[in-house]
Amino acid sequence: MTLARPTAATDARSIDDGAAVTPRPSARRRRERLRAVGRLLFRRLMVAIPTTILVSIGIFALAAMSPFEPLAAHLGDNYQSATQAQRDAVTEAYNLDQHWFTAWLSWWGHLLTGDLGWSSTRSQPVADVIAERLPFTLGMAAAALAAATVIAVVVGAVIGMRRGGFLDRAVTALAATLVAVPPFVISLLLVSVLAVSLGLFPTSGARRPGDPYTVDGILSHAVLPFIALTLSMIPWLLLTMRAAVVEAVASDAVRAARARGIGGWALLRGHVAPVSVLPTLALLGTRLPELIAGAAIVETVFGWPGLAQSLVDSAVALDFSLLAALAVGSAVLVLLGSALSDAAAVWIDPRVRMTA
Amino acid sequence: MRTRNWLTPTAVAVAVATTIAGCGSGGSNSGDAVASGTVVLGESQELGEFNPMLGYGQLGVSPIYDGLLIPAGDGDSRVPDFLPALAAEQPQPVGERLWRLPLKSDVTFSDGTTFDSTDVVATYRAVRDPAVASDISTAFAPIVEITADGPTAVTVRMNTDADPSPYLLLGIVPSEKVESAPAADWALNTEPVGTGAYELESLDPDQAVLVARDDYWDAAPQVTRLVYTYVPDDNTRAQRISADEIDGANLPPRLAGSLENRPGVEVVAVKSADWRGVSLPSTNAFTNDVAARRAMNLGIDRDAVVRDVLSGRGEKASTPIATVYGDAYNPDAQFSFDVAQANRILDEAGWRPGPDGVRVRGADRASFGLLYNAEDTLRRDLAVAFATAMQPLGIEVNARGTSWDEIDTRLNSDAVLLGGGSTPYSIDSQVYDTLHTRVPDSSPYSNPGNHTAPGLDALLDEARQSAPGPANDARYRQIQTVYESAPSAVFLAFLHHTYAARSDGWSYDAPILEPHSHGVSWGPWWNMPSWRSDAS
Repeated sequence: MTLARPTAATDARSIDDGAAVTPRPSARRRRERLRAVGRLLFRRLMVAIPTTILVSIGIFALAAMSPFEPLAAHLGDNYQSATQAQRDAVTEAYNLDQHWFTAWLSWWGHLLTGDLGWSSTRSQPVADVIAERLPFTLGMAAAALAAATVIAVVVGAVIGMRRGGFLDRAVTALAATLVAVPPFVISLLLVSVLAVSLGLFPTSGARRPGDPYTVDGILSHAVLPFIALTLSMIPWLLLTMRAAVVEAVASDAVRAARARGIGGWALLRGHVAPVSVLPTLALLGTRLPELIAGAAIVETVFGWPGLAQSLVDSAVALDFSLLAALAVGSAVLVLLGSALSDAAAVWIDPRVRMTA
Repeated sequence: MRTRNWLTPTAVAVAVATTIAGCGSGGSNSGDAVASGTVVLGESQELGEFNPMLGYGQLGVSPIYDGLLIPAGDGDSRVPDFLPALAAEQPQPVGERLWRLPLKSDVTFSDGTTFDSTDVVATYRAVRDPAVASDISTAFAPIVEITADGPTAVTVRMNTDADPSPYLLLGIVPSEKVESAPAADWALNTEPVGTGAYELESLDPDQAVLVARDDYWDAAPQVTRLVYTYVPDDNTRAQRISADEIDGANLPPRLAGSLENRPGVEVVAVKSADWRGVSLPSTNAFTNDVAARRAMNLGIDRDAVVRDVLSGRGEKASTPIATVYGDAYNPDAQFSFDVAQANRILDEAGWRPGPDGVRVRGADRASFGLLYNAEDTLRRDLAVAFATAMQPLGIEVNARGTSWDEIDTRLNSDAVLLGGGSTPYSIDSQVYDTLHTRVPDSSPYSNPGNHTAPGLDALLDEARQSAPGPANDARYRQIQTVYESAPSAVFLAFLHHTYAARSDGWSYDAPILEPHSHGVSWGPWWNMPSWRSDAS
């Protein structure tokens, strides 16, 4: 989707160059880049609208083709004992044999009037389901993503600079091991060591049972899922960052800098970091789906009251209103994430020329 | 080598810390629980379907709702009695298949409205309303109609001579809250209103808090706050019990067993009529042969199934009738484990070992597929155990996990690992559809092979139409004898439900026989008003 259109950018610059009033070079460059960012975001938006519509069609079509029997989800334990008349009544009452395209049309119809619909798996308006749970998922994911990024960038830079050293080998081996360990194993290990044996943190939930939500309660309950989710994201970020640093260190520019006698912190900050942090950050936007998947597992293990489990349940029971809202919402997030990370790249790195 | 140097001390440190802290923590919450009157339960089911139309409180067991009658018993070894709750007394016969129940007056719902006969009529009408599409509508099939007899009594018309009591347990909802809409869309799901000892104080995705009502019609409960915290993961629930964060949870047998020796934790196993068995298809030459079906019933070691697959938390089953049915259970009509006899029956029926060890008769092979719902690990384990047990007999069983909608289409050609027992308090509901030949509009999973034994249908019909008593118990014993001569399926086991509870300082009614269920509605918590502090 990243179409490099150098001509447009070059044209724009040439017009600027020829302008009668020439601002200070840095200010001019900044404005120019700002314009490039604006153009990129506008084009991304133009692409995002049809993409979102297509994604929503895809979700409805795929859900309808899924091997899950929505009737089984609705009848639950009674599936086996339900008579044919009962099955027909449930199918009719919940409109389960509605064609997916009709369901899709009516979903958009309601959406455009601001109505997200009714979730039959949660017995609540979809808007309420999202309003109650989204803050938990979003807060947890954002905090874990931020922490993982900081840790991965710093540690990745340090070990990348000292490739082959003891620290590098130890951290790389640890990261490779962590990649191979499923998040739920990390989660259960954390619970049994830190919560059950040491009693340092509560095992699950978002508050002491019976209490209302309090800042203290939420923070102390968030520690373990936060660690688990952060740990699940660090390895790939860290290895990406390390690879980028290693590549940068081997580049002519850095060798030249080294030859000029620049080394250590100054070299890292002035020459290595600028070219290695960006590719790492650019990855973040595209790895959002994995973040969602990781959050789903962590939320289940820790009983964190977020949206992830609702997404799974709604897909199994063909709860179209909730499923579509959550899945299309995630798709929009991914589009937004990748647009913003590309925009940031254009804004920060003058060598990057992206217009779409 | 250097790596190992720093890894080892770290590992040792963690292990030591774990051990030390493991001795010190725990044991603080339970004491508080008695003082504060709060019990916290870890619920594996989503919170927020507090609607009898969705099966919540279907058998009168719920802190929020009461039925006309509610079950009561001195333990789980028999079918419970049914005592009046919203009814003022037991059903009185007032005509042929017609019963009258006077109702308690001065009972109010938690929203302040008064309970009367219109609520009973509305509740029973709604549960069978196709527009409501209740999951449990067929559980009330023997009731023809419930009508109001003035505001303080109802009459119940039945279509058989059976005792109506097992069908009068459904939680009663206020008539104003009944909607002519699918049950999952009712407001009552998240804002329940009942006559029970508790009302819902708050409901969030992760927690539901029930508080005792001041205006409850019976003795005020001593547990004044009942907190359900949503913990979907089995391991996490076990860990939260260990960490003393919750006072109780349902657990799979193995996990419950791992908590057995924790101080303050009591592991409870409760009998249920929840059975598992293998249905046998009609279009397969082998399973269609009654001799083969008998041989398979004799060739399976049910004791081993209970011991190995259910970790001992269960009871073997030859028919859907368990020992809890008392005189209706026939101890002489149970299959014993007899491989030699099974082999002899197969030989005599002409099923001879073929070149690959699998028996053949003419062009037919003793081979069939066994399907189970892939999401259900217990059914998977049972299916595999059954297939393994059939192999030495020269019977090839190919167990395979799949989805319900594939199973739906293959009921005629494959065996299926089935379960049942959601309405165990009526022995007729427990056995009729399962053993009878297919009747119009029964579930496709009721006797899918449509096999029967001589005279079995007539006996089942007769038992259904008759009043309870020694004569009917004899019929049910006869049903088991007839079934044993020509079985239609292979029943394997009844499950026991396992719970872990921290209940030091409390005494409470022993658990009663449970239906097929999940979560913490049953177990030690089935009758919360019965919880009394030992201190008082």
